[in-house]
Amino acid sequence: MPTIYFNPKEAESIYILREVAAQFERPVLLFSGGKDSITLVRLAQKAFYPAKIPFPLLHIDTGHNFPETIQFRDELVKELGLELIVRNVQDSIDQGKVREEKGRYASRNTLQTTTLLDAIEEFKFDACIGGARRDEEKARAKERVFSVRDDFGQWDEKNQRPELFDMLNGRIDQGQNVRVFPISNWTELDVWEYIKTENIKIPSIYFAHKREVFFRDGLIWTANEHVYREPHEEVVEKMVRFRTVGDMTCTAAVLSQADTLDAVVEEIRQSTISERGARIDDKRSEAAMEKRKKVGYF
Amino acid sequence: MENRKLIKIATAGSVDDGKSTLIGRLLYDTGSLTTDKLEAIEKTSRQRGFDYLDFSLATDGLVAEREQGITIDVAHIYFNTDKTNFIVADTPGHVEYTRNMVTGASTSQVAIILIDARKGVIEQTYRHFFISNLLRLSHVVVTINKMDLVGYDEDVFLKIKSDFDALVEKSCFRTEQITFIPISALKGENIAKKSTEMPWYVGNTLLDHLEVLEPEDLQEQAFARFPVQYVIRPKTDAFHDFRGFSGKLYGGNLQVGDQVTILPSFTESKIKSIQFFDRQLEVAVPGSSVTITLEDEVDISRGDMIVKSTELPSSEKSITATICQVNHKPLKVGEKYTLQHGVNRVLARVESIHSKIQTDFSGEESTDALKLNDIGKVSFKLSKAIHFDPYQVNRSNGSFILIDEGTHDTVSVGFIEARN
Repeated sequence: MPTIYFNPKEAESIYILREVAAQFERPVLLFSGGKDSITLVRLAQKAFYPAKIPFPLLHIDTGHNFPETIQFRDELVKELGLELIVRNVQDSIDQGKVREEKGRYASRNTLQTTTLLDAIEEFKFDACIGGARRDEEKARAKERVFSVRDDFGQWDEKNQRPELFDMLNGRIDQGQNVRVFPISNWTELDVWEYIKTENIKIPSIYFAHKREVFFRDGLIWTANEHVYREPHEEVVEKMVRFRTVGDMTCTAAVLSQADTLDAVVEEIRQSTISERGARIDDKRSEAAMEKRKKVGYF
Repeated sequence: MENRKLIKIATAGSVDDGKSTLIGRLLYDTGSLTTDKLEAIEKTSRQRGFDYLDFSLATDGLVAEREQGITIDVAHIYFNTDKTNFIVADTPGHVEYTRNMVTGASTSQVAIILIDARKGVIEQTYRHFFISNLLRLSHVVVTINKMDLVGYDEDVFLKIKSDFDALVEKSCFRTEQITFIPISALKGENIAKKSTEMPWYVGNTLLDHLEVLEPEDLQEQAFARFPVQYVIRPKTDAFHDFRGFSGKLYGGNLQVGDQVTILPSFTESKIKSIQFFDRQLEVAVPGSSVTITLEDEVDISRGDMIVKSTELPSSEKSITATICQVNHKPLKVGEKYTLQHGVNRVLARVESIHSKIQTDFSGEESTDALKLNDIGKVSFKLSKAIHFDPYQVNRSNGSFILIDEGTHDTVSVGFIEARN
């Protein structure tokens, strides 16, 4: 057994998670079943060991998730004895709060924001921990580790608290909440290398498998009843995997033969396409992510 | 991820010195710009009628920034080489420059200061170097950019270097902590590949130079300080009596068996174990987030500090510090704030403002308020003693922030001076 162990990015993330537990009354970890939130769960385990993780997980379920992800989520929660809260976008649709998009690029991704903000209000969460990384997208590069949102859930990108040294200021007014990003400073490769080193379990859709897909705009879409498809768009079976896991309607697959963690890490290392290159929601406009974040998107 | 070094860099340059271009170039030359991002840059560059790739588009992330072609807020950029992970805090040279550079530099070990070869050392350069000096960064790389616009002339480089050397003499830096590199970020000269245009320059390229730096050399040699963030009490069957103190270690090492003192109670005990998740460690190194258990039952809560008994910090209820104001609301005598020192919070009242310090090394003047971007010397009275080291000895245990009681905003950052 080594007598010294040190990984600076991991140490920083653990420090942030402990600050959340110490500074807030009702924190929650936003869990999507993707590799980043799975990494957060491992980091939280490490931060509070041998005690249990002192906050619940919250999954905003679009209803269009990959079934493999949901199954994985339930197994993880059971194995670690975690508390899981699920809120459904379908409920927000049924209540008439949001309207389902129609047509070629219809997605429930943006609808999640309303369901999330309602859940924050329902449970009076004052800190929402998320797995966003600054390397993902250029608007995210401007994000603070403790990012204050007003009581409408809005992000004011021009008026952010400076973060100095390690000192995190989580003081907020009633009604405000803080979005916390413990792995801000990690890159996609850091996350994959960590999953490999730590041997962390991840949903099977991250590994190459055969799937029915169709091609549009140079992207590979899942052929499924939830994803709008024109009659001429032909369904084919391909070996694919996913680099990012979200709603099926906005997550494109990549052609891949990588069926082990080693192969996946190697593929990411060699890749010349960014992770968000396969996020259909980001292609809507140059500032798509920033616009969503301003109104409360995670 | 474990085997790679981590180097944290802050960039500083005036508007149009080519800071974003330099960062974009570093990303491009290290293969960190993916095809889709590069395509986006090509497309937008073309739309704007440029006949070159505008790498600043890679880093200016906000709509308002792209509209105005300027950087508004600190952005964090990442790139990796085989041996090293780099984090770059890209700090704007435009508005609120002092606040933003202090913010970016506070988490960095190295500063890259850009100088436009055509303009030479200007007022902004003084400020950038002043802040690097105030924050006691370990290393400064002075890149003289746009050498292509001065015919790659060695004399231009030497003149700027000698002007800058005059600044270094006024600072606490030693000459070996400063490196000068002539570059062209736009053309990629001396960034990742050695320039054939400047055979007179015999030093490393920028990237080679950054690779040579070792994190250990960039670390301060200070006493171990372990502020307690969180007390771990599982109360489960397996860990019924477990009481662990979690935190991040600053300064030196801590080892199992070390005789320690707990502040503020000055109780003594011995380190029984150092835990990291399900591992038991013999030694905790600076920067690591571990959990410590002690031989004795001691009353310890968040904000307390564990130190070696032979290496006690200062414990004082009144302090003097250099302050940088990072909020629009000015700091005035008599005002009350929450002072956050590490993870510990106490109340603080401004007793006196001694001076406002000019960031061009020209001296100090008296004032009754410090406005946004001002730097000054201030004395505070505290509700409880804090346990600190002077900033020059330990950056983490010598710095604090002030939080406004009404708005909860972070309004100032302070660097504690040694007790006279």
